[in-house]
Amino acid sequence: MTDLPRTQHIIASGLVAAVGIWITYVSYTQEPADAFLFPRLISSVFVVLALWTFGKAILGKTKVGNGLSRQAMLNILPGLVIALVFVYWAANTLGFYTASTITFFILISLYDPAPHGEIKSWIKRLVITAGFLAVMYGLFAKLLSVFTPREIFF
Amino acid sequence: MEFLLYFGDVFTPFNFMLLLIGTIGGLILGATPGLSPTMAVALLIPFTFRLEPAQGLILLGAAYTSTVAGGAVSAILLKIPGAPANIATTLDGHTMAQKGHGARALQLSFLASAVGGIFGVLLLIFLTPVLAQWALAFGPSHLFWLAILGVTVIGSLDSSSVVKGLLSGCIGLWLATVGFDDIMGAQRFIFHSSVSGGINVIPALIGLFAIPQVITMFAKGRRRLDAEVLTVERHPIGEAFREVFRRFRALSIGTITGSIIGLIPGVGGQIAGLVAYDQSKKMSPERDKFGTGHSEGVIAAESANNAMVGPSLVPLLTLSIPGSPTAAVLLGGLLIHGIFPGSDLFDNYPDVAWTFINSMLVGQILMCIFGLYVAGLAAKVAQVPNNVMAAVVLGLAVFGSYSVQNSMGDVYVMAALGTGMYFLERFGFSAAPLVLGLILGPIAEANFIQGSMIANATSSVGQYFFTGALNLTLIAIVVLSIFYSAWMELRSRRYTTKDDAVRKEEALT
Repeated sequence: MTDLPRTQHIIASGLVAAVGIWITYVSYTQEPADAFLFPRLISSVFVVLALWTFGKAILGKTKVGNGLSRQAMLNILPGLVIALVFVYWAANTLGFYTASTITFFILISLYDPAPHGEIKSWIKRLVITAGFLAVMYGLFAKLLSVFTPREIFF
Repeated sequence: MEFLLYFGDVFTPFNFMLLLIGTIGGLILGATPGLSPTMAVALLIPFTFRLEPAQGLILLGAAYTSTVAGGAVSAILLKIPGAPANIATTLDGHTMAQKGHGARALQLSFLASAVGGIFGVLLLIFLTPVLAQWALAFGPSHLFWLAILGVTVIGSLDSSSVVKGLLSGCIGLWLATVGFDDIMGAQRFIFHSSVSGGINVIPALIGLFAIPQVITMFAKGRRRLDAEVLTVERHPIGEAFREVFRRFRALSIGTITGSIIGLIPGVGGQIAGLVAYDQSKKMSPERDKFGTGHSEGVIAAESANNAMVGPSLVPLLTLSIPGSPTAAVLLGGLLIHGIFPGSDLFDNYPDVAWTFINSMLVGQILMCIFGLYVAGLAAKVAQVPNNVMAAVVLGLAVFGSYSVQNSMGDVYVMAALGTGMYFLERFGFSAAPLVLGLILGPIAEANFIQGSMIANATSSVGQYFFTGALNLTLIAIVVLSIFYSAWMELRSRRYTTKDDAVRKEEALT
C-alpha cells in the first residue's frame, strides 16, 4: 500500500473495530439476554470482520479506498462545518426556512467559482437563494403542509 | 394475464399526470451529474406520503426508469455520465455528438432504452407472480436465510473488497437493531434520544445516498464546470428507428445482458452497461469502430442499463429482498404505506402491484417520447454548478427527512449517517450493503426469533435452520457468493464493481 494513506486507513478501520467491540460487549452483557440474541449473532460476525480489516490496515495491506487528500479535506471542511451547524443547531433555533436560506446562501457563495469581488455575482447568488426559498416553501409548506419549528423572524 | 385488468388505472388523469411528472422530472434529474437514480428516488419519497400507495409508486417507478435513461443526455452532450449506469454510453455517444451526430445518438439511446426497458418490465410481469406464489412455501428459517442472502450477495458482489462489503452489511444489520426490541421491549444500543424509537429507514436512506454526494461536491472546491454542451442538430426519428433495429445484435446483447444482470441482486446498471458494451464489441465485426462514435456502443449500453430496471425489482416484489439500492429505496416507499412485498402484495393489493408495474411499462414509452424533446433542456440543467446542486440537495435532504415524522431526531440521524457514510466510502466501505442490512435486519431478526421459537418447540435450532433442501440451497448461495467474490479478489480478476465504475466516472468528469 504505497500509494494509499495508511494512517487514514488505520484510523477509519480502528474506529469501526471499536464500534464492533462495543456492540459485542453490550450484546453479551446486557439483559434480558433473549432481546440480544440476534445482536449477538450480528456482533460476533461484525467484530471478526472489523478486526480483520483493522489488522490489514495496520499491516498496510489495504487494497481498496483512496482515503482523502489534504486538498479534499480543506475543500470539505468549511462546507461540512456549515452543513452540520445548520442541521444540529440553526434549523431548530432559527427555524427551518431562515436557517436553510442562510446556509444555502453561504454555501453557494463559498463554493462559487466566480470571483467574490464582483457585485454581479452577489446579485446572482441572492436571486438563486430567493428562488430556492420560494421553491422549498412552496413544496414543503404549501404542497406537503409540513409543520416546521417556529421561525425566529416570523 | 392479470396485469391487463389493471392497465386502465395507469390512465386515470391523476395517475397519468404523476407518471408524466416522474418521467419528465426523472429525465432532467438523471441528466444532472451527481444525482444518481437512487438518490433521486430517495429524495422523492417524502413527496409520496400524501399519495395513495399506487400513486406514490407510480411517481417513484417513473423517476427510477427515467433517471437511468436521462443520464445518457449528459453522457452524450457533456461527456459527463448522469449516473454510473451511463459510463459506457459516454464512450461512443459523446464522440458521435462531437462529430455532429448528437441528435442521432440521443434518439438511438432513448429508443434502445425503451426497447430494453420494455423487455425488462415484461420479464418483471411474467416472472413476478410465479415467484410470488413459490414464495408462499417459505417458512421463518427460509426468510431468515433470504434476508441474510440479500445482504451477503450485495456485500460481496457490489463491493471491491468482500470483507468491507460484508462489514458494511453488518453495520446495517446492527443499525436495524437499535431501539426497543419488539418482543421483550428491552432497550438496545440507545446511545442518543434521537434513536430511541429506532432508526427510521427513510431519513437513513436519504442520508446514506444524498449526503455523501453533497460532501463529494464540496470536495471539488471552487471548481468551474468546464463541460461544453454540444449543439444538437435535427435528425429524422424514422431513420434512428430503423437504425436501432438494423443494429439488432447490439440491441439484443444489451437487452439480454441487462435483463440477466438485473435479476442478480447487487449487480447494478453500471455493470450492465459496461458488460453489454464489452460483449457487443467482442461480437461485432466492426469492433475497431467502438470508441470512435459507433452507434452499436450507444445501443448496447443504453438497452442494457434500462433492461435491468424491471428484473431488478423481481426479488423485491416476490421475496421482499431488494436486489439493488434503488429497489431498497422503493421498498421504503412501500413500507411507509404499510404494504409489505411478497405474495401478500399480489394477494391483498393487486391493484397497487399491477398499477405500479403497468405504469413502468407505459413509462418506458413516455420516456422515449419525452426524452427526445427534453434532452436540450436536460443538458442545460446538467450544467447547474456544483455549489448550487450541493446546497439544493442538502436542503431537500433536511426538509425531506424532517417531513417523515416532523422530527428533528430524524434529521440528526440522516446527517450523522450520511456524513459517516461519506468517510466510510473513502475507505472502501459501501452504502448498498449497509442499506440492505438496515432494511432486511428487522425481517432477518423477526424470522430468526420466530424460527428459534418453533425450533425450541419441535427440534433443535441447528436442525431447524440448517436442514431442508431450501435452507441448504440458500446457505449454499450465501457461501458461494462470498467465496466466489473472495476468490476473484485474491486473483485480482474481479469484474467491474460499483467502486471501479465510480472511479471511471470521476476520471471522466
